[in-house]
Amino acid sequence: MVSAYLPSLLAGALTTLCLALSSLAIAIVLGLAGASGRLSRRPAVRAIATAYTTIVRGVPDLVLMLLIFYGGQRLINFAIEKLAPGHYVDVNPFAAGIATIGFVYGAYLGETFRGAFLAIPAGQAEAALACGMSTLQVLRRVTGPLMLRHALPALSNNWLVMLKSTAIVSVIGLPDLMQRAGLAAGATREPFVFYIAAGGVYLVITVISETLLQAWQRRLRVGTREVRL
Amino acid sequence: MNGQPILDNAWLFAHGLATTLGLLSASLLAGGALAVPMAVARTSRHWWMARPVWLFTYAIRGTPLLVQLYLLYYGVAQFEAVRNSVAWVALRSAWFCAALAMAINTCAYTTEMLAGAIRSLPYGELEAADALGMSAWQRLRRIVLPLAFRRSIPAYSNETVMMLHGTSLASVVTLVDVTGVARDINSRFYLPFEAFLTAAALYLALTFALVAAFRQAERRWLAPLRRGN
Repeated sequence: MVSAYLPSLLAGALTTLCLALSSLAIAIVLGLAGASGRLSRRPAVRAIATAYTTIVRGVPDLVLMLLIFYGGQRLINFAIEKLAPGHYVDVNPFAAGIATIGFVYGAYLGETFRGAFLAIPAGQAEAALACGMSTLQVLRRVTGPLMLRHALPALSNNWLVMLKSTAIVSVIGLPDLMQRAGLAAGATREPFVFYIAAGGVYLVITVISETLLQAWQRRLRVGTREVRL
Repeated sequence: MNGQPILDNAWLFAHGLATTLGLLSASLLAGGALAVPMAVARTSRHWWMARPVWLFTYAIRGTPLLVQLYLLYYGVAQFEAVRNSVAWVALRSAWFCAALAMAINTCAYTTEMLAGAIRSLPYGELEAADALGMSAWQRLRRIVLPLAFRRSIPAYSNETVMMLHGTSLASVVTLVDVTGVARDINSRFYLPFEAFLTAAALYLALTFALVAAFRQAERRWLAPLRRGN
């Protein structure tokens, strides 16, 4: 029964992966911006970054997604009506999905990156500056790699949470894994089989990600000693 | 912005709030109660106790809550035997399915959290209990669990916030929680901003209330751990 729907499920899994990876890219950019904003010297920048990370982490992602999907549609059409009367656009659910999930997890990553940055001893950057490196070189050669080492465990965790939370985009009609499983379930009247299959795909992606990320974490930890009790 | 329909339907939001809080407390109570024996089994020396619990928590933590919810709400109904059994009285109800899915989900995360806390207990405390001649049961009840509960308070605070946000998924299986009310109002009046921003503000207030309550709990129960030992 499942074999007839396998291509459809795989296409859905691919959509889910694309969605999760694109959202991750946005989340990393927003996270870095949020972290540098919270560490900024200017109080106004700090306040904006703090408001972003605090408010977004306090609201369910589904509510934010519905707000961006329906509200964004309204806002864009309001703007278009002013500029070019008589025209109308539909917000692409894929774009709304990526925007929301990237926006939400950017707030979580902002906290992760901030913590990782604060965990770097100040002497490291000072030593690099004393050697005559430019600020950009310090970031690229010293503080950047160190920050990645501190941030990767939490980053891995956030990636796994984010991957699972992409399932909610099926609510705004995106043909991701959940939506495809739902269609197959409706057509065959075997919802149990197809939702188990969908769960299995998420589990497989989780296992593969965990394996790869752990190998990467081991690589980044080279030269450090782990505390063993 | 047009706030009038929101004010006119404030009682709907009050009902939604009651549904959200009901779901949250039911799932946290059931999931939390089940997590205690499971965490003990998870840290057991016997593989036939620890492994099945590990498998359960891994499968639940590796799949989206939405999959678990759909499996219970749509999936289980596929089987005639279930539809003819006594359990159908409960499984027919969207509220019960949502509460059960969330209870199972939070149970898996809470089990891992408690198991981690048990593993990190100072071993001397357990040896002291043995030296005093406590039975395994007494040691568990008087020493291991109280200490593990205390150490889990900060992590459990995050878990309850995640579950609060998880309850918003109940709106996709027809329940009228805070998100459900916002979706209703949006589709009736076409007011996405007003509806979803109201919902977001309510969730934000609940999140802050939860975090504040846990901070109080930490101050009270974690005081002995903070005295530098």
